[in-house]
Amino acid sequence: MTTSTNGMGAPSIRVDLQLIADMVEPNSRVLDLGCGEGILLDYLNRFKRVDGRGMELSMAGVRAAVAHGLSVIQGDADTDIKEYPSGAFDYVILSQTLQATREPKSVLEHMLRIGRRAIVSFPNFAHWRVRLSLLRNGRMPVTETLTYQWYDTPNIHLCTIRDFTALCAELGIEVERAISLDSKGTIRFDAGGRFANWLGEQAVFLLRRR
Amino acid sequence: MSTSQSFGATNAALPGHRLELGPDTPLHLDCGVDLSPVTIAYQTYGRLNAERSNAILICHALTGDHYVAEEHPVTGKPGWWQELVGPGRVLDTDRFFLICSNVLGGCMGTTGPADVNPATAKPWALDFPVITIADMVRAQVRLIDHLGIDQLFSVVGGSMGGMQVLEWAARYPHRVFTAIPIATAARHSAQNIAFGEVGRQAVIADPEWCQGAYALQGRRPQNGLAVARMAAHITYMSEGALHRKFGRNLQGRELTYGFDADFQVESYLRHQGSSFVDRFDANCYLYITRAMDYFDLAADHGGILANAFRGTKVRFCVISFTSDWLFPTRESRSIVHALNAVAANVSFVEVESDKGHDAFLLDEPEFHATLSGFLEGAAEHRGLPRGGR
Repeated sequence: MTTSTNGMGAPSIRVDLQLIADMVEPNSRVLDLGCGEGILLDYLNRFKRVDGRGMELSMAGVRAAVAHGLSVIQGDADTDIKEYPSGAFDYVILSQTLQATREPKSVLEHMLRIGRRAIVSFPNFAHWRVRLSLLRNGRMPVTETLTYQWYDTPNIHLCTIRDFTALCAELGIEVERAISLDSKGTIRFDAGGRFANWLGEQAVFLLRRR
Repeated sequence: MSTSQSFGATNAALPGHRLELGPDTPLHLDCGVDLSPVTIAYQTYGRLNAERSNAILICHALTGDHYVAEEHPVTGKPGWWQELVGPGRVLDTDRFFLICSNVLGGCMGTTGPADVNPATAKPWALDFPVITIADMVRAQVRLIDHLGIDQLFSVVGGSMGGMQVLEWAARYPHRVFTAIPIATAARHSAQNIAFGEVGRQAVIADPEWCQGAYALQGRRPQNGLAVARMAAHITYMSEGALHRKFGRNLQGRELTYGFDADFQVESYLRHQGSSFVDRFDANCYLYITRAMDYFDLAADHGGILANAFRGTKVRFCVISFTSDWLFPTRESRSIVHALNAVAANVSFVEVESDKGHDAFLLDEPEFHATLSGFLEGAAEHRGLPRGGR
């Protein structure tokens, strides 16, 4: 699932990462939770000149990121996010990680405490392929975005676009922008609607404190 | 060999640079004493650039010294960070101006208890004031002032050197661009104070120690200091490394049913102890281990470590090693937590190694890659020219 910047100018990163990057204002302060080897951070550093920090659970990811010159620490988003002071960042990013957190609600609240804005992307469990797979086979869906078997998946808190929208409403979080992507990775709908929930394989939300 | 001489007497012949702080510029110590005169022995590698922006201060550990990347004048062995320092290496002497000074209280040229007290014309011994990590850093600040450097590009060091790095970043944040504390802690743990005490008591229990006045009487507590080193050396390794190196292997073909060194590990430790006393002074060992015991950065900042770093612009790279049980990863993690609490710019890597605390001195490619990547990223932010690699 890794793509990389080629370093010489023309960047090429995963479509969902590109969508996230496009939401970030240049020269802002960014914290990327679950940053992996730092592909997005590296892109944001180079092309948006952000003051970027990362947190990653896997030491292998952290080592690769730091060896690449990025400011990344080993840490667990669920617990370590609580240490940061309020308003420390302009953006706190959680890319394809929300569904793997133990307390997604608390993580989301902390993201909007320490950041003015939050950007969250996640796989949509209500995508028609997922629904069809469950309907037809009666087994836990395994798809291109949900590649794990039920017994070994790190995704312990899967949700749908409508679930997420409802949680934002409950927490008083304003959805500033919402984009859903289909399996070919192209932007199809503004999320929030029922169509997006059927057709979006994953979603990217730009959120802000109300 | 220097074994029969006092250390102070041999120091004048040691290679390297010296800075003398005269009576008009005494060093104000934590214990309240104004120490003067003070000599600071140091070495440099590479060249300071015209902007004076490429200087890196290397802080050595408890028994280290400023001979970082050259043959040691007493032991003849390679420098303790020879692996890291040199043209094209991680600490690239073609790019950076590297500085390392012998710590205050040391016995390789910088003023310490083995030197002669000018007021009495006798070795300081126990009349030397008790020094702290902060005092060591104060001496380094004088040196950096003397070299005309406003801001160091980096301060880097492992173990006790890492304590100095933290002290620099906390107390002189505007004078360091990056700080790299390695295999260290923001305070010495109870267990580490306990180990320090065992070492000190071994020295003190040696009848040759003579209440510290051994130099005056032409004696030396070699056995006590060797035992202290043996005990300490165990803490620098890991069980895994000891097992891999020695297992239960015997020196000879069978057990002797006596107390000679039957096992290879015993013989190894004895060698570590006896070679150490050739290059280190017993009173210095007492003073420097004491300085480590007293180190508690949070205590100096209202009990909250984060307060030591509030508002800091310094870029940190905290590094620990998985098998280090003297300064375990949780110590580094508590530093990182404090830095997060003030939203400081910090990288943190735990390097996988079975070599224990000493891993920071050894050839660990992952450690070197981390260090080099961090320095490269920071150099770009500082506007230093790119490295060749």
